[in-house]
Amino acid sequence: MSTGLPVAAIESIEARQPPLLPGVRATGLAGIVSAAIIAAATFAAIFGPLLAPYDPNLPNLSLAWVGPTGGHLLGFDVQGRDVLSRLLVGAQTSMLGPLVVVIVSMITGSLLAVVAAWRRGAADAAISSGLDILFAFPGILLAVLATAVFGAGLTAAAIALSIAYMPYVARVLRSAAFRERSQPYVAALEVQGASATSICFRHLIPNMTPLIVAQATILFGYAMVDLAAISFLGLGVQPPRADWGVMISENQTGIPQGYPLPALAAGVCIVAVVIAFNVLGERLFEQAQAART
Amino acid sequence: MLLASLLVASFVIFAATYLAPGNPIAALSGGRSLPPSSLRILEQRYHLNAPFFAQYWYWLSNALHGNLGISITLRENVSTLIASRIWTTAGLVLYASVLILVFGIGLGLAAGLRPGVLDTSTVVVTAISAAIPAFVAAIVLILLFAVRLGWFPAIGNGTGLVDNIRHLTLPALALAISSLAIVARITRASVREEGEREHVQTAASRGIPGRQLIRRHVLRNAAIPITTIAGITIASLIAVAAVVETAFGLNGLGAYLVQAAQSKDLAVVQGISLLLVAAFVIVNLLVDMLYAVLDPRVSLGSRAT
Amino acid sequence: MSEPTALSRTVGPAAAGPGAPLLQVERLTVRLPVRGEMRPVLRDVALSLRPGEALGLVGESGSGKSMTARAIDRLLPRGAEVDGEIRFDGRDVRALSGAGLRQYRTQVAMIFQDPRAHVNPVRRIGDFMTEALRTNLGVPAAEASRRATDMLEQVGVGGGARRLRQHPHELSGGMLQRVMIAAALLTEPRLLLADEPTTALDVTTQAEVMAILDDLRRGFGLGMIFITHDLELAAAICDRTAVMYAGQIVELRSSALLHDDPLHPYTAALAAARPDISRTAARLPAIPGRPLSAFEAPADECAYAPRCAHARDICRAAVPGLAEIDGGLSRCVRAQELRGKLGAAGDG
Repeated sequence: MSTGLPVAAIESIEARQPPLLPGVRATGLAGIVSAAIIAAATFAAIFGPLLAPYDPNLPNLSLAWVGPTGGHLLGFDVQGRDVLSRLLVGAQTSMLGPLVVVIVSMITGSLLAVVAAWRRGAADAAISSGLDILFAFPGILLAVLATAVFGAGLTAAAIALSIAYMPYVARVLRSAAFRERSQPYVAALEVQGASATSICFRHLIPNMTPLIVAQATILFGYAMVDLAAISFLGLGVQPPRADWGVMISENQTGIPQGYPLPALAAGVCIVAVVIAFNVLGERLFEQAQAART
Repeated sequence: MLLASLLVASFVIFAATYLAPGNPIAALSGGRSLPPSSLRILEQRYHLNAPFFAQYWYWLSNALHGNLGISITLRENVSTLIASRIWTTAGLVLYASVLILVFGIGLGLAAGLRPGVLDTSTVVVTAISAAIPAFVAAIVLILLFAVRLGWFPAIGNGTGLVDNIRHLTLPALALAISSLAIVARITRASVREEGEREHVQTAASRGIPGRQLIRRHVLRNAAIPITTIAGITIASLIAVAAVVETAFGLNGLGAYLVQAAQSKDLAVVQGISLLLVAAFVIVNLLVDMLYAVLDPRVSLGSRAT
Repeated sequence: MSEPTALSRTVGPAAAGPGAPLLQVERLTVRLPVRGEMRPVLRDVALSLRPGEALGLVGESGSGKSMTARAIDRLLPRGAEVDGEIRFDGRDVRALSGAGLRQYRTQVAMIFQDPRAHVNPVRRIGDFMTEALRTNLGVPAAEASRRATDMLEQVGVGGGARRLRQHPHELSGGMLQRVMIAAALLTEPRLLLADEPTTALDVTTQAEVMAILDDLRRGFGLGMIFITHDLELAAAICDRTAVMYAGQIVELRSSALLHDDPLHPYTAALAAARPDISRTAARLPAIPGRPLSAFEAPADECAYAPRCAHARDICRAAVPGLAEIDGGLSRCVRAQELRGKLGAAGDG
């Protein structure tokens, strides 16, 4: 993460924390709200263009900054485009980018973790050292470097971020993989003649699934923040394409002028979805811990 | 070893010249066409006719001597350009670090040591704040404090020390907010956890008075994870500063890095990246050393996973 | 070192000392908040200790033996409700606070089960040992260190001043437990509460540490409450032994008589359940069912009745009280009838 936070260190401590919203845990209210937010965002990401009431990309400067009126629930942005429509359509890139980052980094990270745990010894040492070296690159920095080399855009940023996240994923999963590896059933399967790949893919990884899912969920939140930041900087999704990070950057000038709504609306979307993923991720993580003991 | 990280990182940064589509000349010139005299200078300076690793060596040794090349867009030494901006970034990161340490740890301690209203409200507030990215915090802060309340300026660096600090306040706050929340949470959790540990019971059973108990056994032990998380979040500030500088129109390294990336001024991007990565690595090294000092079970070079 | 079982039968109860008992516990009842409800963990516990006497406290998990020691040392978790009396040297322990409580703590020392968890890993051994001396008794640092090294010698940990500078992770479990014992003895307490001090150690180390503990205790003339799940171990080093079940004391007897002439079916069952190396058996005798915690125990009958081979209707009529029989105490209503039928000679 560009925030450079080792997921392992935080999760290991946070997993022992009391619930997010004390007293509310019993009813799972936070969980329900989070799930609802994620569902809404996903829905918007898939059907956004169909749901948008107005053309998100049609500028009309005479309508710039006009507040909520008539069918325009959130008013107009800096170029006179309907804010709500842009939010709905922007959900696509805002959700898709992190998805790609999570998938790529989780797959590469898990594979590295499993290989390190399976082979142990020299292979593990080599992989661990390699990962340690990669830790030196905060995600945002790598993304900036990538865009300087390959040109601005979501692809370069997403790939750079995946590379930056991979060591974190690998480190967290490595310890879990080692734990699984030393379970008796693995030895039993080996004795029965099962091959390494089949043990890893049919037993080891499935048993790590709760942790992998929890990790992926939390990672999604971080990826979303980082990608939105990169788009905000103008190095990710390019304007005038709709994207929550881009929208904040575009509409920032409205704030000192007294028109904060467009920028704020995009900001709220980002924060809400990130919190939702964090809450869900924490729950899943606790469940994964509980399942292990 | 973190020094190996630095070396590899510098190599990656250098290799960017070659990863870019087109030849190195195109990368260094940012795709602009240059007069032959400039081309010859570029060739000489970057030893473009020498083998790859020799070029890397030249670049690195130049860098270590403070010669980071020339900015294509501004036609000045990259080092000079960096030097004029470094204090903004350093000041910003320092200011944010102080906020994180004082308020993050302070809040965490207050909540951890006293169950009650402060505690529950802290948990909720930090849970939400931890998820607020710096640029969102930036616009909210600008809205609240600069536009509505007019307490702090929204844009720019200001002049003179006091004015600089005023201008840096909102940016530092935006930068610090999410990390502050995380540090507060971890501090609170660590203090709680240490308080429940058996060795604290042993000390209590021997009549050690409450305040001394907390100071010497709970806090001293909790200092280990707290220092780790504080160090790590502060290291992360180095990269996120770019976002905050852009949002607040600050004249810092991060903002300049972004501009250089957009204009494909590769030498500048490489120079600043190298510096930021080095700073990141150094801060992490300091955290490691501090950890080894605080926890006698650990020897230098290994951080407990 | 002395062989525990050979020594056990010959040591009788401590000579009756003059004056008041060192420790007196009466009608001790403790409730703890568990998930919002107050649940009993100790019910009506009573015991007394003369100066220099060792009392064993034996029971399975959940019997309340640790809780008893914690109640005596005022180390109960937050929210605990305590009823009853605890008197140390005649003073009411529950009423102590502040300086009085700290002074009490210098007189009563507790030794815990897992030394690795109970010693601060971040501080040095010297700090651990001398902290109480310096804080509560105002002993200057140099003098405290000297006393610490002397005491370490006595528990068999050499190395003097160098040892004091070491950290807990540099010592083995057995050595760390000896350090804990030494530290406990430094404040010159008059009562030792030893909560399963050797359970976390391997067998050979257990014997060594037990020997040291026993030696020093006798040498200093300290009272001790020794908590364990091992009946034989308690009988070996303690003058009297109390057996606990479901938060209550069910038998209190001089150790020598406990094995051959138990006054409660549970004690007999515990003794019989220990595998005997000298006999061969087709099956290991085990007590059917599982041990109850205090809050699971029924309020109106003998808690052990469901598992007891000798239970009759009278046992289910009411909670039996502690009755005196032949110098010991028993909570079995049928104790008098069953004498001679329990124990090694009977059908257990």
